[in-house]
Amino acid sequence: MQFPGRRKKLIGSSQNDLYDHCLQFYGQPPLENISLTEFETFAVERLKLLKTVENLGVSCVKNSEQYTKKLDAEISRISEYEKRRKDHISHFILRLAYCQTEDLRRWFIQQEMDLFRYRFNDLHSKHKTDFLHKNNLKYETVSAEEKKSLQDKLIASSYGLSGTKVEEHDVYKVPFQDALDLVRTRKVYLLAGNAYIPHHEIVTIVLNDFRTRLSKALAMTARSLPAVQSDERLQPLLSHLSHAYVGQDYSIQKNIGKISLEQIDALSGKSFPLCMRHLHKALRENHHLRHGGRMQYGLFLKGIGLSLEQALQFWRSEFVKGKVDADKFDKAYAYSVRHMFGKEGKRTDYTPYSCMKVILSNPPSQGDYHGCPFRHSDPELLKQKLQNYKVSPSGTNQILELVKGMHYQLACQKYFELTHNVEDAGFSLNHPNQYFTESQKLLSGGRDIKKEVDMSQRSQENPASVTRPSQANSKQIFLDEIQELSDPS
Amino acid sequence: MSTSDYDPACLPDLLPLYYRRLFPFSQYYRWLSYGGVSKNYFQNREFSFTLKDDIYVRYQSFTTQNELEKEMQKMVPYKIDIGAVYSHRPSQHNAVKSGTFQALEKELVFDIDMTDYDDVRRCCSAADICSKCWTLMTIAIRILDRALREDFGFHHLLWVYSGRRGVHCWVCDDAARKLSVAARSAVAEYLSLVKGGEETVRKVVLSDPIHPFINHSLSVVERYFQQYAIVDQDILGSKESVDKVLAVLSPLCRQMKSFTREGSSVSYDLHFSCVSVKSNSKKGGQYFDKEIMLQYCYPRLDVNVSKGVNHLLKSPFSVHPKTGRISVPIDLKELDTFDPFEVPTISLICEELEKPRAEEAEEDDMKDKENEQEAGERRRIRDYKRTSLAKYVKVFDRFLEAMARSRKGEMLKKSDLQKDF
Repeated sequence: MQFPGRRKKLIGSSQNDLYDHCLQFYGQPPLENISLTEFETFAVERLKLLKTVENLGVSCVKNSEQYTKKLDAEISRISEYEKRRKDHISHFILRLAYCQTEDLRRWFIQQEMDLFRYRFNDLHSKHKTDFLHKNNLKYETVSAEEKKSLQDKLIASSYGLSGTKVEEHDVYKVPFQDALDLVRTRKVYLLAGNAYIPHHEIVTIVLNDFRTRLSKALAMTARSLPAVQSDERLQPLLSHLSHAYVGQDYSIQKNIGKISLEQIDALSGKSFPLCMRHLHKALRENHHLRHGGRMQYGLFLKGIGLSLEQALQFWRSEFVKGKVDADKFDKAYAYSVRHMFGKEGKRTDYTPYSCMKVILSNPPSQGDYHGCPFRHSDPELLKQKLQNYKVSPSGTNQILELVKGMHYQLACQKYFELTHNVEDAGFSLNHPNQYFTESQKLLSGGRDIKKEVDMSQRSQENPASVTRPSQANSKQIFLDEIQELSDPS
Repeated sequence: MSTSDYDPACLPDLLPLYYRRLFPFSQYYRWLSYGGVSKNYFQNREFSFTLKDDIYVRYQSFTTQNELEKEMQKMVPYKIDIGAVYSHRPSQHNAVKSGTFQALEKELVFDIDMTDYDDVRRCCSAADICSKCWTLMTIAIRILDRALREDFGFHHLLWVYSGRRGVHCWVCDDAARKLSVAARSAVAEYLSLVKGGEETVRKVVLSDPIHPFINHSLSVVERYFQQYAIVDQDILGSKESVDKVLAVLSPLCRQMKSFTREGSSVSYDLHFSCVSVKSNSKKGGQYFDKEIMLQYCYPRLDVNVSKGVNHLLKSPFSVHPKTGRISVPIDLKELDTFDPFEVPTISLICEELEKPRAEEAEEDDMKDKENEQEAGERRRIRDYKRTSLAKYVKVFDRFLEAMARSRKGEMLKKSDLQKDF
C-alpha cells in the first residue's frame, strides 16, 4: 500500500490526482461510466468486506494485532490503482443502498468507520500527514508550555505515550464531543471540556470528521434516491443489497399462539439459549425483572410465538407473586408489554434482540440479569452454572476456552451442541430466537429444509454445502451471493 | 423536630396547599426558560404527571408560567417528571407529521440510587437508607461534581435529593443540553468504574496506566474510607464480611497479603487476619487494594438514565409520595453535613405555613389588597420563606443567579466579537 517515493506512475495518469492517496474521505462521487457487471460486483465485494469488518469487531478487540492480521488477509491483492478505483466506486454504490432507513445508515456508518480506522492506522506516519493536508484537516495543537505542564497527566491517560513522544510530536486539543470513542473508554486526558489527543491517536479526530461527513452525505443521498430507484436496472439490486446484512430478524411472528404458557418452564431448560434460561430463572425466583431484562426476555418470547394476551398473562402472574399487585401491574408494567408489541407510543413493533445486540449494548449492572452470560458473567460463575445444568467438565472447558477467546456466539453454539447431544449445531448462531427454532426442530425429529418465501430470509441448508449455481445466469449468481451474505459464518 | 409525621393518605389535602402556596413557580419557570435565549424553550418542554391512583400522563406542556401553575393546581400531580425540549409543543404531538416530532435538547442528568449498592452495604438494603450509608452519596457527589466541572468543563450543576434513596444531578450548561445520545453515553461511561451485575464478583479492574480521573476519584474515596467502610460499615468486622471482601479478588490471587492497620494513616490499610501471600498473578494484582475501595465506594450510575435525550426524570421540588419529602437542591458547600432525614416533608412545611404570622407579614397583606395581581406571587414568596423550604429555595436561587450571570457574560462576549456597542 505504500509507494516508494513519488516515482511510480499510476496507470491512467490523467486521473493521477484522483487516486494519489490510498485512502480518501469520499468527498466526490465517481464520474466515470461503468458496466452493470462492475456495478454489481464492486457492490457485493465491498458489502462482503463490511460484513467481515462487522464480524471481526465482535470476535476480536478492534485494532488488536489479531484483528489487524485478519483484516489484512481479507483485502486482496490487485493493482493499487484498481483497488482505489474500486474502493471509490463501491463506497458510493453502497451509499445508495444504505441511505434509506436509520438502521441501515447506522450500520453502514459503523462498518465504514471501522474500515477507515483500520486503514488509517495502517498508514505510515508521513502518509497520515499527507492525508490531513490533502483533505484540509487542520486541528488545534497544544503549546509547548502546556504540553510540559501536563506531561505526566498525558502519559497517564494515553496508552503508549512517553515523555519524548509528548515533546517531539504534536498534541491536539479538541472539544471532548469530537473524541467520544476515546472519552468513552477513558483513553484520553480531559481538561475543561477538551480532549488532549497525542499525534498517534489522531485517527480518532479524523474518524469523527469522517462520521460527520458520511452522515450528512447519506441524508442527502436519501433525498435524491427516488430518481435512482426509478432506474429499473438498479432498483432490484439496491433492494437486495440492503436486505443482505440483516438476515432473519424474527420480527415476523410465525407460530403465534403455538406455545402455551405451561410449556415455558420446560422449554427454558430444553430449547432456550443460556441467556434466556437465565432470565427466566431469575424471573421465577424473584418474581421481577428490571427493564433491560424485561426487554430482552419479553421480545424473545414474542419471537417464539407468544401472543400479546399470553405475554400479559405471563408477566402479570409472575409479578403478582412478588411485590406488585394486579392493579399496579396493569398500570405500570402492562403498558410496557403492550409497547413491546407495538401497541403503544409510536407503535414500533420492536424486533427481538440479536446476539450482536445482546453482547454489545446495555451491559448489565447490579440487579440486572440480562446480557450474554458468555460475555458478561465471571468465568467462575459461568462454570458453576454450566455444571449445575449438567454440562460435562470437558464440555465446560471447551466453552470456557471459547469465552476466553471472546467467541461468545461460538461458545453458545457449543452449549447448544452439548445440551442437544450433537456433534455439530449445523448453523451459525447469531440470534437467540434462531437457537430456539433450531432446538425445536432438532427435538421434533430431524432437520427439515424449509423453503423460505420472504427474500429477507435464507435457506436453512448447512451453509458449508451451498454450491454455486452454474455460470449460465450471472444475475442469478449475483443474487445468490447476496443471499449467502445474510448468513454470517 | 424537623419532620412532622407524614402519612401518604394526607397527600390529597396537602398537595393542593403545596401547589397553591409553596411550590416556587417563578424560580422554576426562570430555570426552564434559560433566559429566553431560545424561542419556545419552555413551551416545547415535556412534563409528565403521575396523578392520584397511579394515572400517568405524558406530553404535558405549558405556554406560560401562569398556565403551568393553573394546570398543576388543577391536576394536583403526585409526581412530576421533566423530559426533553421537543421540536414542537408536546401537548400537540399527535398533530405533528409522524417522524418530525423529535426531542431536541435536555439537561445532562445522572441518577445515583442507593439500591445499586446493595451488594456492598451491610446496614440497609433496597429502599432503606441511614446515616451510615448516606456517605456513599456524599462520595458520589464529590467525585462526579469534580469530574463534570474539571474534566468536562461544565459549570452549572444542580444536585437534588431524590426524596428517598438517592440523588440526581442536572447539568444545565448550554453545551450539556445540546449533547447527542452518543456523547451522553460516552460521558456516563467515562464516569463508570464499577461494572457488572449479579454474575460479576470483581467489579472494578484497574491496570496501568492509571488515568488521572481514577486517581482523583481515589483520593476522594480515601478521605472517607476509614470512617465509612471500616468503622460504619464494618466490612472487616466478621469473618463472613472479610470473606466477602476477599472473594472479590480470589480469581486473581491464591492467597492474600496481610496488612496491618495503621491508626492515623490517611490511606487505609486493610487488616486481614489471615494469611501470607503470594500474589502469583501479574495482571492487575498490584492494585487490588484500590479496587476494593472503589468497589465498595465508587458511584454507581445508571447509564441508561443519562443516555437518552428524551428520558424523563423526577423534577426538583416535587414531592416523594412514599416519604413525603420534597426533592430539594443540595448545597455543596454544606455537603458533609447534609442529612436526608432533615429534609422537610410536605406535612412539615404545610404545618409551618399555618403558624401565626409576624407583624410585618400583616402589613404586607394590606399592601397586597391594593394590587391583587402581584399579591399572589408575593404572598407565595413570603409563604415559603416562613417554612423550612426557604433555605433550599435559596440554594436554587443562587444556582439560577450563576446561570444568569454566565449568560450575560456570553452575550457580552458575542457582542464584543461582533463589535456592537
